Amino acid sequence: MSERKLVDAKNTFCPGPLMELIGQMKMAEIGDELEILSTDQGSANDIPEWINKVGHEMVESFEKEGVWHIVVKKTK
Amino acid sequence: MVTSGNREQLQMAAMVASVGAVSGSDVTVFLSMNALKFFVKDSSEKAPAEGEMGALLEDKNAPDFMELFGQAVEYGDAKIFPCSMAVDILGVKQDELKSFVSEPLGLTAFLSDASEGQVWHF
Repeated sequence: MSERKLVDAKNTFCPGPLMELIGQMKMAEIGDELEILSTDQGSANDIPEWINKVGHEMVESFEKEGVWHIVVKKTK
Repeated sequence: MVTSGNREQLQMAAMVASVGAVSGSDVTVFLSMNALKFFVKDSSEKAPAEGEMGALLEDKNAPDFMELFGQAVEYGDAKIFPCSMAVDILGVKQDELKSFVSEPLGLTAFLSDASEGQVWHF
């Protein structure tokens, strides 16, 4: 059963949110979705690049009240 | 190759090492000169800022460079080698360095390892 895990990486800067995401990805199961919250625009641009490069699935990305939400599905 | 003891250079090196390592690159970090002392276990010495950006890194809660180097190893299988000459000059043993730091490496071995890759100097 897959689930969506929230990773709160607000108020730090690149590459902090990416590293927090990767740390949580390591512990997640294949098929799980992780939603990372970031207040850093650099990370909002860079995390999708990483997801594409490494080959996980980008589910969605949106900004709400100054916080970027990036949702990724672990595929391997 | 990381030789600077200032915060901006150490931060940039840690960013490149960690992001490179978690993105599929083979990353080898060679620590020497003024950079090495910060990797001594229990060292409370902080890397001084060279300029305005270095001060801002701390004020704005940028990720700590030492944590990023640790994550480069833990998440991306980076290798971090202390320069054997710097280890001797500083008078430290491997077990006195941070646990994610590998055994001391000589320049000949590092250059041989790096000869087929890109070398970045910080």
